Amino acid sequence: MINLAATVKISLRALKINKMRSALTMLGIVIGVTAVIIMVAIGSGARERVSRQISSAGSNLLVVVPGSMTAGGIRMGFGTQANLTTKDAEAILKECPAVWDVSPEVHGAAQVVFGNQNWSTAITATTPSYLNVRDWLLDDGRNFSDQDIRNTTKVCIVGQTIVENLFAGQDPIDQIIRIKKVPFVVIGVLEAKGQDLMGQDQDDMILIPITTGRKKVFGSLRPDMVRSIIVKTVSTQELPQAETQIQELLRQRHHIGPKEEEDFTVRNLTQMLQMAEKSTRIMTMLLGAIASISLLVGGIGIMNIMLVSVTERTREIGIRMAVGAKVRDIRLQFITEALILSMIGGAIGIIMGIAGAKLIALLTDWSAMVSLPATAAAFGFSGLVGIFFGFYPAYKASLLNPIEALRYE
Amino acid sequence: MALIETVGLKKIYNLGGSVIAALDGITTNIEKGEFVAIMGPSGSGKSTFMNLIGCLDKPTAGRCFLEGMDIGCLNRDELAVIRNKKIGFVFQSFNLLPRTSAIENVELPMLYSGLSPLDRKLRARKALKMMGLEGREEHLPNQLSGGQQQRVAIARALVNDAPLIMADEPTGNLDTKASEEIMELFVKLNEESHITVILVTHEHDIAAFSKRIIRFLDGKIVSDEKRSRP
Repeated sequence: MINLAATVKISLRALKINKMRSALTMLGIVIGVTAVIIMVAIGSGARERVSRQISSAGSNLLVVVPGSMTAGGIRMGFGTQANLTTKDAEAILKECPAVWDVSPEVHGAAQVVFGNQNWSTAITATTPSYLNVRDWLLDDGRNFSDQDIRNTTKVCIVGQTIVENLFAGQDPIDQIIRIKKVPFVVIGVLEAKGQDLMGQDQDDMILIPITTGRKKVFGSLRPDMVRSIIVKTVSTQELPQAETQIQELLRQRHHIGPKEEEDFTVRNLTQMLQMAEKSTRIMTMLLGAIASISLLVGGIGIMNIMLVSVTERTREIGIRMAVGAKVRDIRLQFITEALILSMIGGAIGIIMGIAGAKLIALLTDWSAMVSLPATAAAFGFSGLVGIFFGFYPAYKASLLNPIEALRYE
Repeated sequence: MALIETVGLKKIYNLGGSVIAALDGITTNIEKGEFVAIMGPSGSGKSTFMNLIGCLDKPTAGRCFLEGMDIGCLNRDELAVIRNKKIGFVFQSFNLLPRTSAIENVELPMLYSGLSPLDRKLRARKALKMMGLEGREEHLPNQLSGGQQQRVAIARALVNDAPLIMADEPTGNLDTKASEEIMELFVKLNEESHITVILVTHEHDIAAFSKRIIRFLDGKIVSDEKRSRP
């Protein structure tokens, strides 16, 4: 058995003789591995972005909004009917086993003033359960209490964007801001959440107790009404059950006959996001698969060059056979050569792929995440390509007739 | 026991429908320590005979024994082992690996017999020294003269202690002076180390170095004479 160190030495010498040719052959593998790493990095980046959005929206969420109001044959769109109430929210929490928590809310926009600063932002009037439902934590201060809701206290929790724009470095806690001229005490600061799926800044918001909102900020509302109810289910698996339970319950509560149209809509937010994640995952796989084709093409390049090499070195093979090289010695030598070509190509490809992914992330606003398994797979695959496409030329070389090989000019 | 024994050895080529008997029933013995020249015009079958007893090819019919072993029933790898251990080849065109130093060329057979790198270096160095090539170990074949290249090839043939050297027109590409030097090397190996030498040539003054001349014509032996070296 010929020893491996000598085989590698012989192979390296053979590859050095045709430097340009070896380099070009490697280039095929380099491009293939680079492409796989960059493509998968871009795909994983997109996926990561979507799953970040999923978690920032809060998981396992359903949103119940009132149906469309019809006035003289003109339908006004979702949420225009004022028929959802706090009682509906309480009933959903109590009657639907798949529901873990609910948060009714009323929202609108308002001008907010602090000192000589002012800012226009979204106001969400809601209950203490809102933070739990949205998986949102406080950076500072405290949440509303049930007492705040009962007493219509004028307190508020502000988002990070508000802190930046209104308070400019000051500690917002216990400061008094005016929302539509009504003074509110800041009792808490929300942690930063970033953009949602549509690119909206989720931190540009102020939370106030729902009762205070109805009475002092939005006015002219039915005392009990809510604009929407966010529902958190026990688990992702129970989203469909929760949806049906809520539909049945609200049909009953709103006295809707079996053939009548519902006066509310249940939207499944998580499902939408999960679909988005699934499609980016498929995209990643597709990109990786397309890039793998270039790796395959690189492998064919190796086979091509190895076949040329076997023909050129027929006499050398004959000499080796005459002095006692066995079939497997010849095979091992040519496979080693192919493997060295593909492994060096793969290593360069990894470096270029990682550099390329970082560069793309730097120059564009795409996020590119280099995935370790994809990198390892690309390298392993390039090695397999070397063995696979090196095998046929090596097999061909090993079956040469020694006499004819020795006579070959 | 004869070193080589052939019985009715035949090699038939089928070239595009016409059947050519390159060897047509050769029966002969070569004893250990002999120095045999095989002569004959081109196409007489002398090279085919060499290839068969050199384990590079298999006969169509008949048998060929090397140290009593029937080489007709060995597979490719078993034949490779015999070539590696028992036979050293010397060719007309030297057949050294290009761009490979003299010492590495000599190491080649040991690469396939599994010697350690250090042993390979030591033995190759010794073999080259024996051929008077000390100091030229790192030269590439194209930096050596024809005679020196052929001596590297002989060192390669000897390095695995093969009892048999087969030389196919070893002086065909050499001038008269170098030819003589090479032939004297073979004589020395035969007389001092008792290595069996089988030489294929068509030059009478080269065959004159041998102790036995077998002449081939049309795949048959036409004469076989033993003689004393002048």
